[in-house]
Amino acid sequence: MTLPEPLKSQILHAVAEDGGAKPAMLEALRLVQQAEGWVSDARLAQVADLLGVSTAELDSIATFYSLIFRKPVGQTVIMLCDGASCWMNGGDALRDALMDRLGIGYGQTTADGRYTLINSACVGGCDRAPALLIGPGRRLVGPLSPDGVAALLEGGL
Amino acid sequence: MTARVELNGRWFDATEGRDLLSTCLENGVDVPHFCWHGALGSVGACRLCAVRVYSGPDDTMGRIEMSCMTPVRDGMRVEVEDAEAGRFRAHVIEWLMLNHPHDCAVCEEGGACHLQDMTVATGHRNRRSDAPKRTHARQDLGPFLTHEMNRCIACYRCVRFYRDYAGGTDFNVFGAHDRVWFGRAEAGALDSPFAGNLAEICPTGVFDDKQWSQHYARPWDMTETPAICTHCSVGCNITLHERAGTLRKVQNRYHGAINGFFLCDRGRFGPWFVDAPGRITAPRQNGTAIAPDAAIALARQAVADGAIGIGSPRASLEANFALRELVGPDRFFAGVSDAEAAQVARMLAILQTTPASLATIKDFESADAALILGEDLTATAPRAALALRQAARGAEKALAGEKGVPDWLDQAVRVAGEGRRSPIAIVTPLPDALDDAATHPLRRAPDQVATFGFAIAAALRGEPSDPEAQAVAQALAAAHAPLLVSGIGLSRAEPAEALASIAAALGAKARIALFPAEANSFGLALLSPKGGLESALAANPAPLIVLENDLYHRADSATVNALLSRAPLTIALDCLDTATTARAALVLPVASMAEATGTYINNETRAQRSLAARRPTDAAPAAWRVLAQIGGLLGDAPRLDDVLAALAARSPALAGAALAAPPATALPAVARAPESYSGRTAHDLAGRVPQGTLPHQDPDSGMGWSMEGLRGAGVPPALSTGPHRPGMHSVSAAYAAQTTIGGPLKGGDPGVLLLVKSETQGQALTDPTPNGDGLRWLPLHSPFAATETDLASPPLAARAPAQHLLLHPDDATRLGLTAGAQTLVDGQPCAAPVTLDAAMPRGWVGLTAPRGRSPLVTLGAVP
Amino acid sequence: MSETLPLTGRARPDRSPHTLAEWRAVGGYASVERALQMTPVQLVDLVDAANLNGRGGAGFQAAKKWRFMPAVGTSPGIGTNYLIVNGDEMEPGAFKDRFLLEALPHQVVEGAIIAAYATHSRHAIILIRDDYRAGISAIRRAIAAAEAANLLGTNILGSGFNLHLRVHPSAGRYIVGEETALISALEGGRAIPRKRPPFPAQSGLWGRPTTVNNVETISLVPHIVAQGAQWFRALSRTEEGGTKLYGVSGMVNRPQLIEAPMGTTARELIDRAGGVSGTGVLRCFQPGGGATPFLEPADLDTPMDFGHMAKAHSMLGTGTLIVLDQGTCPVAVTARHMAFYARESCGWCTPCREGLPWAARILTALEDGTATPRDIDILRMTAAEAGPRGRTFCDLMGGAMGPLASLLSRFGDLVEAHLDGGCPIRRGLL
Ligand SMILES: Cc1cc2nc3c(=O)[nH]c(=O)nc-3n(C[C@H](O)[C@H](O)[C@H](O)COP(=O)(O)O)c2cc1C
Ligand code: SF4
Ligand code: FES
Repeated sequence: MTLPEPLKSQILHAVAEDGGAKPAMLEALRLVQQAEGWVSDARLAQVADLLGVSTAELDSIATFYSLIFRKPVGQTVIMLCDGASCWMNGGDALRDALMDRLGIGYGQTTADGRYTLINSACVGGCDRAPALLIGPGRRLVGPLSPDGVAALLEGGL
Repeated sequence: MTARVELNGRWFDATEGRDLLSTCLENGVDVPHFCWHGALGSVGACRLCAVRVYSGPDDTMGRIEMSCMTPVRDGMRVEVEDAEAGRFRAHVIEWLMLNHPHDCAVCEEGGACHLQDMTVATGHRNRRSDAPKRTHARQDLGPFLTHEMNRCIACYRCVRFYRDYAGGTDFNVFGAHDRVWFGRAEAGALDSPFAGNLAEICPTGVFDDKQWSQHYARPWDMTETPAICTHCSVGCNITLHERAGTLRKVQNRYHGAINGFFLCDRGRFGPWFVDAPGRITAPRQNGTAIAPDAAIALARQAVADGAIGIGSPRASLEANFALRELVGPDRFFAGVSDAEAAQVARMLAILQTTPASLATIKDFESADAALILGEDLTATAPRAALALRQAARGAEKALAGEKGVPDWLDQAVRVAGEGRRSPIAIVTPLPDALDDAATHPLRRAPDQVATFGFAIAAALRGEPSDPEAQAVAQALAAAHAPLLVSGIGLSRAEPAEALASIAAALGAKARIALFPAEANSFGLALLSPKGGLESALAANPAPLIVLENDLYHRADSATVNALLSRAPLTIALDCLDTATTARAALVLPVASMAEATGTYINNETRAQRSLAARRPTDAAPAAWRVLAQIGGLLGDAPRLDDVLAALAARSPALAGAALAAPPATALPAVARAPESYSGRTAHDLAGRVPQGTLPHQDPDSGMGWSMEGLRGAGVPPALSTGPHRPGMHSVSAAYAAQTTIGGPLKGGDPGVLLLVKSETQGQALTDPTPNGDGLRWLPLHSPFAATETDLASPPLAARAPAQHLLLHPDDATRLGLTAGAQTLVDGQPCAAPVTLDAAMPRGWVGLTAPRGRSPLVTLGAVP
Repeated sequence: MSETLPLTGRARPDRSPHTLAEWRAVGGYASVERALQMTPVQLVDLVDAANLNGRGGAGFQAAKKWRFMPAVGTSPGIGTNYLIVNGDEMEPGAFKDRFLLEALPHQVVEGAIIAAYATHSRHAIILIRDDYRAGISAIRRAIAAAEAANLLGTNILGSGFNLHLRVHPSAGRYIVGEETALISALEGGRAIPRKRPPFPAQSGLWGRPTTVNNVETISLVPHIVAQGAQWFRALSRTEEGGTKLYGVSGMVNRPQLIEAPMGTTARELIDRAGGVSGTGVLRCFQPGGGATPFLEPADLDTPMDFGHMAKAHSMLGTGTLIVLDQGTCPVAVTARHMAFYARESCGWCTPCREGLPWAARILTALEDGTATPRDIDILRMTAAEAGPRGRTFCDLMGGAMGPLASLLSRFGDLVEAHLDGGCPIRRGLL
């Protein structure tokens, strides 16, 4: 499948905005990820082509940054803070509850493809510890108790 | 500006602002290091080069600093052995070794490993972690290199060389933190024709020479012999590693004016032809073995019958000279097309008369403007192309300098330089591998390249000219050391003529380099052959003696076929079976470059001696010996020095060739096996001949065959086997042999320039404009394969591109050809299917070898 | 309100950002008009007089940094100067810039315009951590509105000053917050730090003179312009000017952000955060995020500014306190920090790339009770060898060694007690 037109033009727009293909590489990857959830090998090669850089150069960037996903992720990505303040406020219990409920560990995706759980650096929600980020909008949720996990996953929080 | 610095208690003169690590190494003070490299500069990644620095007499505390990142200041005092600095270095090694597999016992690098040396140097010995080690995936990177990522210490030298220095794009660093990983985006052969250097750039065993790995011997169990690469006209210096009679590894041998620290892959992997299956081992007549004496007798008769000698740009000066002596100067022809023979002779004449100085490859790097006229340099003289890439960075370094950033601070220079590029114009018919390094990548049809060059010359003389030529002329005129490069790659004479007129207009500040096709093209031309193969054909039918030359690679098959058919007898001397030996009635085996000492004249007319790395077999002596034997020349047991003396007597202009290395008898034998060579009694004589029956010293080179003899600093550079010494077993030991890092060798860079300047302007050559039907021929080149020896090397053959035939789509339509069509070229079926390429000039057909075609090619569909 | 709480006084309780009109109604952008009537040099002098220390962690004087920026046409090379606003905020325990970006975007834009003008920059970039989506869109909206009102773009308010301002979301990695790594990231590369010198003001983004300032630093600038240097200095209880956006998290009852005079004490801040939770008894605290050395109750009354914290052998850092009660083990907290720093090492230099994972592994082993005395030696070695400035390429490793070194020096016995079966606090022994 070739790169969809809208994505192509968004990427070219980024090239214009960021002042060249090189500085736009990250933005291009982000755009692909925004549209498709992750960056596949095929997309990576197509984007490299479009930008006129080598696949190796683009992948060197893609694999450096932690928020560019080079593996498929679920519809909803949950990024659970593993910072110290969240840990002090029950982060481990929240983690266990999430893993139990989802049946997955960090870096894994539920069998139904709905959720991916990732451990994240401090999410800047220490005043709401323990906290997590959820969904494409990276909504900050917290403080969240293990009991709140069910409601969260059912969309109630 | 000179600064006085104290290094480990002794005061030295140093250059103010230069990095402290280089300063230490240049003064014989070893400082452990990984990420720094003499050609790549400083980046401060590994943190191994820590030393204590006192800023001046009043500084009693000092500071631990990374010597590679510290500029030298007057009055600075440096303690390398400071306890705190030493402890820190040992911990850096401890950290690096946490995940290293400690697999020295099965690692190729073991024994010549910079990591081993540094580990010993810092004194780290006890492992204090029992955590599981990190492991990495590895890749198949093609026929040249192994890839064992678990050994990686993340010094980043590989990616800095491959990408930043050599311009490769298919290799990089991936991931982050302690999972950084170096390789390709996906497995596959590395694109860059300089990839092989990773084997030496990598300070441990991640990237190693795959050929060595497959023909493995321990580093200390191989003899080392200085040789010259015979795969293009640059003449890079190499070391051949041998054990038990077979080649094991080819390594760069530092030469300050030519190859510096790096080789191209054609040079590193080309010599494997010497052990190729196609080696000829015994004389044969019409396909059947013949006694050596009988073969010599037949050849003698042929000479008596007025044989014609066909010399070779691949063979040594001595071999060509011996052939000329054998048949007489009037019957000695160059084994290339007439056109090429004339062009090469003319190139020499241009170099003799030009006001420009002759550029060494090292000079390429410091050029502040450059023009390449017509040459696909990356394919025809790869090492020169690598040097030119560095010239592109001159403007960046200059701007960085204005901002106070010294040129050795590599990464900072790349940023502070704001992407500036020195003006480099590349004028070629097709997109060029160096285009990314050029400010002016310009396309001209082959016959327009020289036109453009003459327009530049006109602009330089103040005459009206086209705007692009004006721009290039301006850049060249503004430069302090403009570099002018051309060669024979287009099989045309006029680009060199145009270059000569540009050089004349620029005057003495210009530097010029002209690249003929092969390692000894200039040597052959200096022997004044009576033309090329067409001239030989026009001479009376006579027996032919063809020296180390597959003529089918150097001229079109019609000419070669005619020549061979008309000869009453063809005698071929070669080490390899080729299309030419297949047609010769009498085939005489000769030594390859690995068994024959000989002199080669490179593109600067530098005579360089390549030494035999092993004894020739009785059946296949050096070609000049066979020829001398046929002619009864030089007595019973001639030595190479005798040939050179005869050459000097006959052609005083070539007398300098004798000085390329000391006479064989000038010194006691030079040891070529390292001191740690194991099994010294077994050695390579074991089981074959009783110990001691063969002479210990090679009569042609002065090299001993074993570990007994001279070694170390007393050995002149031309005979030097390798810089390693106790504590420094890797290529990193080479710095100690350099006067300054990256500068000339102590004792002088080997080689002797033969060129004598002359006032006599010769006759300029013009390229005939062919008329008639057909397409005009545009020669195509590959960095991995040019001639028969390249293709006989298994690793190079594996990377050699398929034959190519390029056509502009319009021409294809006109001829009724489509992409992939099979064609007849000049009536013969062509191996390559048609490739359509809109970048091709219209009316031209791009074709790979042979390089001596007629300028007009008829092309038609296979009926 | 905004007299004493200039930074946060105008924020709404629900953090919803102001429209341009709303912002103007509360006095927004008046400082831009005023600043554009001054010369850049006058502006730098003003900020100098205010003694504004950078809020990104190191506390470097903003005016000093700005003064290094060459005037247009006076530096070698071609192109503009750049101003970069650093909103990467990934330090463990830091959550202040998130608030300023989300709730007060026009304040950031205002400050960026003034700082760009003072640094002769014609381009400014606000780099924001990608996870701060609300902040990113708030800033983008603010920029669009400011552009429409000619507060950005060409000939701003008829002053002749042009400024292009854009947002760059970072794709993750703590090291992106380090100013030279940030520049590498903006250029499209891996966020590997760069050697200083050359400093960004000599050779920064694309080799051009560049200033990097923290979001909070930039947010303070309009207030200095509006109310003057004396007023700004008077806000502070110490020599260092202004208020500080502190934060308190960890074991406190009401973790929160608190804008307070520079030099406010930890005791006051913890009190305002509802006091110590858990056991209710303070064991120790990190004054300014994960990379700041631990302090103990004896330091509760030390004024929290850059100078005083340094004298107390810690650092103000981001000014966001992490509070540990008696029931919380500093070994465990350090272990979490170390795992973070190990993971976020860029991988460029050896001590950080290899040394941090080793230290992190040992801290985990201490918690688990599987560590050996030799492991503690290794922790000491790591802190001693890699902690001092200049040992690693950038300050990430040095930062990570701050808590580790203080853990070993202040809580050595507690650390050793872990050898005997793991964390004694967790096991209820302490
Ligand atoms: C590892 C590391 C991470 C950093 N992260 C940030 C950050 O997220 N935000 C920030 O403003 N400064 C961060 N800094 C500090 C910056 O390098 C820089 O000093 C700061 O942005 C300057 O702003 P200021 O002068 O306004 O304080 C970091 C420094 C280091 C060494
Ligand atoms: S200390 Fe070294 S490895 Fe660590 S983040 Fe800085 S440059 Fe990268
Ligand atoms: S050689 Fe100096 S840091 Fe690597």
